[in-house]
Amino acid sequence: MTEQITIIKPTSKLQFINLKELWPYRELLFSFVKRDIQVRYRQTVIGGLWAIIQPLSTMVIFSFFFGRLAGISGGGVPYPIFSYAGLLLWTYFTSAISASSASMVASSSLITKVYFPRIIIPISATMTGLIDYLVASIVLVGLMLYYQIMPTAYILLVPVTLLLTWMLAMGMGFWLSAMNVKYRDIGYILPFFIQLLLFVTPVIYPSSIAPNFKFLLSLNPMTGIIDAHRAMILGGLPINWGSLAISTVLVVVILLSGSAYFKSVEKYFADII
Amino acid sequence: MRILFKGNMSDIAIKVENISKKYQIGENKNFPTLRDKLMELPNRIFKGPRKNKEFWALKDVSFEVKQGEVVGIIGRNGAGKSTLLKILARITEPTSGKITMYGRVASMLEVGTGFNQELTGRENIYLNGAIIGMKRAEIEKKFADIVAFSGVEKFLDTPVKHYSSGMYVRLAFAVSAHLDADILLVDEVLAVGDAEFQKKCLGKMSSLANSGKTVIFVSHNIGAIKSLCSHCLWINNGVSVMYGFTEQVMSSYIQSVNKLDIDKSKNSSLSSTKYSFTMKMPYWVDDKNKVTYSYNYGQNITLRFEFNFKKIVENLCIGYSLVNQYGEKLFFSHSIDDHRSNIPSRLLGKVVIDSAIDIGCIPPGTYQVPFGLKNKQGEAIIYSEKDVFLEIKPPKNDIDGRGGTFWYTGNWKIK
Repeated sequence: MTEQITIIKPTSKLQFINLKELWPYRELLFSFVKRDIQVRYRQTVIGGLWAIIQPLSTMVIFSFFFGRLAGISGGGVPYPIFSYAGLLLWTYFTSAISASSASMVASSSLITKVYFPRIIIPISATMTGLIDYLVASIVLVGLMLYYQIMPTAYILLVPVTLLLTWMLAMGMGFWLSAMNVKYRDIGYILPFFIQLLLFVTPVIYPSSIAPNFKFLLSLNPMTGIIDAHRAMILGGLPINWGSLAISTVLVVVILLSGSAYFKSVEKYFADII
Repeated sequence: MRILFKGNMSDIAIKVENISKKYQIGENKNFPTLRDKLMELPNRIFKGPRKNKEFWALKDVSFEVKQGEVVGIIGRNGAGKSTLLKILARITEPTSGKITMYGRVASMLEVGTGFNQELTGRENIYLNGAIIGMKRAEIEKKFADIVAFSGVEKFLDTPVKHYSSGMYVRLAFAVSAHLDADILLVDEVLAVGDAEFQKKCLGKMSSLANSGKTVIFVSHNIGAIKSLCSHCLWINNGVSVMYGFTEQVMSSYIQSVNKLDIDKSKNSSLSSTKYSFTMKMPYWVDDKNKVTYSYNYGQNITLRFEFNFKKIVENLCIGYSLVNQYGEKLFFSHSIDDHRSNIPSRLLGKVVIDSAIDIGCIPPGTYQVPFGLKNKQGEAIIYSEKDVFLEIKPPKNDIDGRGGTFWYTGNWKIK
């Protein structure tokens, strides 16, 4: 029998995620994800349909006001499918950051009673929404059939943009969930912040409508990702690799800094939560 | 030499070296908002960083636990017991010091941690198992045992929100009890459920203790600690006072708690400002008026209350009870239920009140003696649950396994 040795002492140096430490806890991570999905689908009457209704109804409203009344173009594809392809990823992103930023406070009873790497909590919160993403993609397939849009080989790269979004949501989740333990203001700021973010991200408009602000827009990591995600699915649109590269760099910076911040305040959680 | 050295090393299960834990007090809010931080900024700039009061919950605590030892941690409320356990369980980090633990560690600081009301019993077994550190394969292997131990087979697929609180606790304890580990950290798990369930838990605990596992056990229930633990660590105000065999540590601890030198120690004197009186911590005396806390079975014992009333207090009611290691109350007695009581309804000045117990029917053991004072309207003036103890030693001719909650030797005579 290999003997396990645990050493407990104060930590001081800067740390990022320790994947080696997390690996033995993978089953716990999936237990949390499973719990969240089970609970949500059990408590709601129409369960999985919610995953579709939210982006779909937003798409319908935006199509009417922006697509029809304001006359915003879909950059070469019909506006409804243009906005739905954006909203699909956007809905996942925003639900992942709201869930993960609230996750630590919501798990206070666990944090004060049992040890496991705390970072599992915000990570698991970002994963539950992936199911919704998959469910809501069914509508996208329907829309593509309806508008007769043929996907190209680029569609195989869609998981890359989803991965980047997930990493970004985790990075922001680490920052926000850790700050929320100390400053409960985060819970009030976030919905407002997400609402504003929608307008500075090319979700419901193509980034080409604001050529003068292109650089500023690309500082928002979601810009490159949303554009690429949509272009890869719909085929007809050009992929802006430069913008995607900027996003990737930003995502890595946010993820690493977020995990370092989380690790540095993690030790106080049980004392102040 | 080398082999000996190696043998010694592997003998040790837990090594605690100079563990200290500091808390900042003086932050008047648990959850500082950004506004508080911003408001504080001008002060910080002009007056330098704010000095928070420091509070050492633990200071330089060191001890070693060998494999298979069952160690109880005792001490008053706020002595630092729970902080130590939380550090051992890695819930909070020490400020300084080092702990080394050899083997798989499992903590039972609470039963049913992470139980979700919406999920069924079955789902919660898997979830809670994963949270406390069991692998899925391990849970599957022990699933039948867990269910059998909990006795909730019929409701396995019912959401736990429909469970009675008893069922809930039984299921929660069942999962914890099947966690396989070399080192177990246990906190007050026994403080849940009814007396029957507590006995079951205590039984499980002692079988764990006898199975060669290393156990650290924090409890207020000194009876339980005495019956389970081979060793004891006594902590007071964050400092380790004594570490050694349970018998020795426990008797010093109980002596100190029941200490007579009451006026010198603030902790053991009580007062009520509303009724302006002070009282000593109640203490036990024997037939010869000698102060003790430990009696031989059959001896007559008396609980003595000493008051100093600065104003007249009317219709004071004094009560106490005896609580055994399972948390069961043996009896409750109060000063106005005895019709022979000669305590006047108006009390003033220095007053000593005795309550004599015919101890012959109380089984040997260690008891907690919660006591309290009430006024005429039944409002509590003073209440203390964990400050007075009583120990009754078994008779010399005790027949093993006499058992029973009530000891009555009967009158045996030839006619």
